[in-house]
Amino acid sequence: MKILVAVKRVVDFNVRIQVKADGSGVASDGVKMSMNPFDEIAVEEALRLKEAGKAEEVIAITIGPKASQEQLRTALAMGADRAIHVETDEDIQPLTAARILNAIIDKEEPKIVMLGKQAIDDDNNQTAQMLAALANWPQATFASQLEVDGDVANVTREVDAGLETIAVDLPAVISADLRLNEPRYVKLPDIMKAKRKPIDTFTLADLGVEAAASVKVLKTSAPATRQAGIKVETVDELVVALKERGLF
Amino acid sequence: MPEYKAPQRDMMFVLNDIINVSELAELPGFEDATPDIVQGVVDEAAKIIENTIAPLNETGDREGCRFDNGMVTAPAGFKEAYQLYSESGWTGLDKSIDFGGQGLPYTLATAVSDMLCAGNDAFSLYPGLTNGACEALMEHGSQELQDTYLEKLTTGEWTGTMCLTEPQAGSDLSQVRTRAIDQNDGTYLIEGTKIFITGGEHDFVDNIIHLVLARLPDAPAGVKGISMFVVPKFMVDSDGNPGARNPVVCASIEEKMGIHGSSTCVMSFENATGYLIGNANEGLRYMFTMMNLARLMVGLQGLGVAERATQGAIEYAKERKQATAINGGETIIHHPDVRRMLMTMKALTEGCRMVAYDTAKHYDISKAHPDESVRKTANDRVELMTPICKAFATDVGCEVASLGVLVLGGAGYIRESGMEQYIRDAKIFCIYEGTNTIQALDLVGRKMKMNLPQTFIKEMINDLAAESGNDELGFIVEPMQAALNLLDKTTQWLTAAALEDPQNPAATAVEYLTMYSLVTHGHFWIKAARAALAKQDDDFYKGKLATARFFTNKILPRIYGLAPVIMAGSESVMTAEEDWL
Repeated sequence: MKILVAVKRVVDFNVRIQVKADGSGVASDGVKMSMNPFDEIAVEEALRLKEAGKAEEVIAITIGPKASQEQLRTALAMGADRAIHVETDEDIQPLTAARILNAIIDKEEPKIVMLGKQAIDDDNNQTAQMLAALANWPQATFASQLEVDGDVANVTREVDAGLETIAVDLPAVISADLRLNEPRYVKLPDIMKAKRKPIDTFTLADLGVEAAASVKVLKTSAPATRQAGIKVETVDELVVALKERGLF
Repeated sequence: MPEYKAPQRDMMFVLNDIINVSELAELPGFEDATPDIVQGVVDEAAKIIENTIAPLNETGDREGCRFDNGMVTAPAGFKEAYQLYSESGWTGLDKSIDFGGQGLPYTLATAVSDMLCAGNDAFSLYPGLTNGACEALMEHGSQELQDTYLEKLTTGEWTGTMCLTEPQAGSDLSQVRTRAIDQNDGTYLIEGTKIFITGGEHDFVDNIIHLVLARLPDAPAGVKGISMFVVPKFMVDSDGNPGARNPVVCASIEEKMGIHGSSTCVMSFENATGYLIGNANEGLRYMFTMMNLARLMVGLQGLGVAERATQGAIEYAKERKQATAINGGETIIHHPDVRRMLMTMKALTEGCRMVAYDTAKHYDISKAHPDESVRKTANDRVELMTPICKAFATDVGCEVASLGVLVLGGAGYIRESGMEQYIRDAKIFCIYEGTNTIQALDLVGRKMKMNLPQTFIKEMINDLAAESGNDELGFIVEPMQAALNLLDKTTQWLTAAALEDPQNPAATAVEYLTMYSLVTHGHFWIKAARAALAKQDDDFYKGKLATARFFTNKILPRIYGLAPVIMAGSESVMTAEEDWL
């Protein structure tokens, strides 16, 4: 069984985000970039399945500019067997990402596609669901526990009401939540070995996918700084003040 | 205690923009040190250090090491963290691939040590001392000794020590009395007592390999009669595994001011079996192989503690509200004197990082460059910078740790803040592996005789000439011109004054080292300012340029207080007779 794990290059979670002066986006020049933390959990889970003898091969995939290979190298250093880089400088939105992954499914025929439940840059939380629809596969999102039993995956999901356990037939799309596992520390010799593992590169054209942006970003701006509050003497004054602001 | 976050932005800035680390991959043997590997190493080392080793800094300080009947137990968590660290391959980063290392440049090991020291200075000593033992065995040990010990030391499965100091032999190793008797079977019996032995005994590993300075019965007096021996805690059997216990025992551990997580042992060699390294009576030279690297390592400990104190102080100053500042700011970071302290901390810390990494790069060139003359020039730079990296960075460690407590005010004096630990930890860095006085004497003595400080002054002056047309850098270039002229003049004065009276350099060496270090920092701040100027749309580079200005206006002028002090020589220092004190 093959597992395909999608990883995304994002600004590291420790970095204080700066909006570019012209409002065209978020500054990423010289900023520390990392693998999306939820994707790291997805990679870890795939590796654990392989180590438990449930899978034969783990393939990491990313979509993005040349530098995204750094994140593939991280996945390879963690233990993925090989990687696929769909190289593009275009802004890739969830539907495009799902179409690309669907095209790779046709090539690789994995039994499981694992992703982080969302990426911490745009927080869309859409790619896994869209991919399941395009591939016409079952989906198990927000996984906090995963057991593979033959052709079925038993997945405990974190839902609003608590935990829900479902069984999905494989092949399936599974998205990882925070508590699924704690990713391992990469060993130095594995960083070196990762350099020698293969990365296949495709363009969007190779896969017959266009980077059609269905959502257009008009402007990016930092949240307005919070204004100082006012003090009111009585409840009546409070009600008046709230009404003036249309809050009551 | 403030949480440690590896300053990866600054580290990558120094690696890429200041020392151009990518050049290392062009050296034979370092082909693997490509930019992606450099980034990967820094990223992954940062994770393991931030999450598993740094959190033990405060608990290690509180708990300390425990001694019971010859056994030493390190603070809770140290053993597990060490095992994770060594099993993840980090101890072998720059060690020979022939013995299970990764063969990466020392520069990368320096970047990792920067983080390891900042994360947990006490912890960093265990792998740090092992490095020195590896280096000495690699350079001077027989094939047999290398085959027996190097792989286990490289992988960190065993640790190493440096057993030099004895009660009567501290800075003066000519006083070493530990005896070695040739058994005429390839082994020696070692008898004597060593003190202040870092990592002499602990509970992390199956075997501890001591490198011991001792005297053969017929050895000449003084440092020319010192030999170096390998003394394992457990004899190594023919399969390479620890066997019979060798009679080298830990008699006690010291109660120290700081670095409580590091075990500092009195080691008693009771006719323990040892093996001679290299030739008899050449131990001091071999010792310097360990010592030079150990000095650079201690410099990184100074840098590390400065980084950690700076992070803690900045974090606090951004949150603590106390009296509206003149500019209307509510948090104390807006108060000019708090800002002065923070900028001082930032400028000194970042300066030390630039000098340390640059020295590391020269070390790699001195080992790996195909051209012998290039190797020699690079080695000269390492020789010159070793006392500067060691002494100035550890002085900075103390100054910055002390400012760190002050920024927090009364809260800083309270243990819970975590800031006072840095002062206690930092002081030893000025003392061990050759006190900062010894470093300064090395600079004005041996290094000055080799003409090294003078040569680098010329190099700095030449580099400066290349910048003289750059108006945007004028703010630092002009003051540096004056500073270099004064340093040159002071150096010439010192050279002449040394001939008149050797007490002149001896009494002013510490001030001279500080002056030399400040100008050296200026040399690197020009590089930093040049790199930052091009990228002024980003807060990091804005901060870098602002720090270069602060250094120029507020720190570099310290030399104008030092030059006259140096040129006043030794007279007023030595006039008072012993009984007058």
